[in-house]
Amino acid sequence: MSTPTPPMPALIADQLTKTYRNGVQALAGVSFQVAPGEIFGLLGPNGAGKSTTVRILATLTQPDGGSARIAGHDVMTDPQAVRRTIGYVAQASGVDRWAKGRENLVLQAQLQRVPAEKIDARVDELLAWVNLTEAANRLVNTYSGGMKRRLDIAMGLVHSPSLLFLDEPTTGLDPETRAALWRDLRRLREERGLSVLLTTHYLEEADAMCDRLAIVDHGRVVAEGRPEDLKRTIGGDRVVLETSDVERALPLLRGIPGVTAAEPEDRAITVRVEHAPSVSPTLVATLAQNGVAVTSLTVARTTLDDVYLHHTGHRFDAEAVSGGKRGGRR
Amino acid sequence: MSFVADSWHLFQRHLLATLRLPIWIAITLVQPIIWLGLFGQLFRRVVDIPGFETTTYIEFLTPGVVVMNALFGAAWSGMGLINDLQEGVVDRMLATPVRRGALIAARVLHASFTIGIQSLIILALGLALGAHFASGILGALTTLIPAMLLGAAFAALSSGIALMTRREETLIAIVNFFGLPLSFLSASFMSAALMPDWVRAISTVNPVNWAVTAARAAVAGNDWTTVWVNCALLAAVVIATGFFATQAFRAYRRSA
Repeated sequence: MSTPTPPMPALIADQLTKTYRNGVQALAGVSFQVAPGEIFGLLGPNGAGKSTTVRILATLTQPDGGSARIAGHDVMTDPQAVRRTIGYVAQASGVDRWAKGRENLVLQAQLQRVPAEKIDARVDELLAWVNLTEAANRLVNTYSGGMKRRLDIAMGLVHSPSLLFLDEPTTGLDPETRAALWRDLRRLREERGLSVLLTTHYLEEADAMCDRLAIVDHGRVVAEGRPEDLKRTIGGDRVVLETSDVERALPLLRGIPGVTAAEPEDRAITVRVEHAPSVSPTLVATLAQNGVAVTSLTVARTTLDDVYLHHTGHRFDAEAVSGGKRGGRR
Repeated sequence: MSFVADSWHLFQRHLLATLRLPIWIAITLVQPIIWLGLFGQLFRRVVDIPGFETTTYIEFLTPGVVVMNALFGAAWSGMGLINDLQEGVVDRMLATPVRRGALIAARVLHASFTIGIQSLIILALGLALGAHFASGILGALTTLIPAMLLGAAFAALSSGIALMTRREETLIAIVNFFGLPLSFLSASFMSAALMPDWVRAISTVNPVNWAVTAARAAVAGNDWTTVWVNCALLAAVVIATGFFATQAFRAYRRSA
């Protein structure tokens, strides 16, 4: 952290807290950092505090406590500078359905202070980039869900921000459109080199898309890091064994080098190992030498679901609302 | 001058949306015919009562309908804002450097502008139905000023309420509750000389009545002081409601 002249983080959130007027505590101290040029994910179930965090960072809501800086600008004391730096694509799309695609982009460019003489070229370029050139002069109300989402993202990019917020970008999209959007987001980072903060309640999306992520639960960041590192730190892979004698097998398994934990689960045993391919034969051999027969063995690579369980003590359930539906928004 | 530029760009958006609603244009054209035609026929004989300052009711009614149209047109202006709030359009704009006041100013301008157009239609129809404006065309056109000022005031008020309640139902209830009483506690349909004392007392502090008084004085053309004093009062209301609506944005940011 104390290296000489480190590059300025794209975003620093420090101990953000927020309690809505109806008493729902949305954030209980959220801290994380986004490095320049990375796709950073906030992963958590609905109601965990992801949207509230993004709304605070986008200057739409004031936190009760804590601070946040975006490209060095304080979100609370210099919101205008922050607004020029960020692009914000909300969950509720925010495009004007009764205007044409191009009109939406032109107005957004005007509001984002793009110089008038550059607007036309900029809008043309973005329309081509999101593949909406042919639909540019149609009312947005006639667009499909995927087209609308692409327009949303183009709107967020119209002023070439250095940080783009995407709040639940793929919620409500069909799998095909979602895959296309993932492609677009990777292209975004490669071709434009901007930082992206995205929130999601899809584990596989966070795993596939994010360079780094923070797991949010009950208004708190419970883990932060690269998906691979997060998975590694909770102890490698998972081996599920069914044996003839659970009581005898447990202490034997726990004594094997490379095993970090062994817990009974129903009639099976879940064993955490550092590296399943190299340890699995030892598991079976050790049990056999001691007269415990193995009836089945399943290897599961660690998923973010395991990371989530490890840090929160409960399985990830995207729809299970932790702490009530995001209070106070309406 | 980002405030002016922002307001102008947002005004264009509202205007385009309105022009794309053929039903809105049709109703705009038909509604004055109903008001002037129906009320004009229904109350035709009231000018026979001593105390009416005009010779035909249509002549008396036309400035009243101009003002009533302004009141109701503007009072519903917040509905569009609620729709924008619910679709995330307002949040999307608030995350840009756009001037907060411009978001209100554009709606107010749009309400005033459409009210100006509608008022012209009503005046033309009044003329066609036999109204005679003593002060001539210029005097009749002057009625647009109090109408547009009243429209601006109520558009801002409606936007502020929309930001605070964020529900269509609430705004509908408020507009319905206040709309007609405000109209009838004014000289829109009945000469001030013939009002009960308590109604006349209330009407002196009713901005709708200020607008009617100014409009009627403008077509009569014999008391321009009354016209400008009432317009000045209305301008003060516009400033107050505009301030209220802009403050409502702060409340919205705190609570959302």
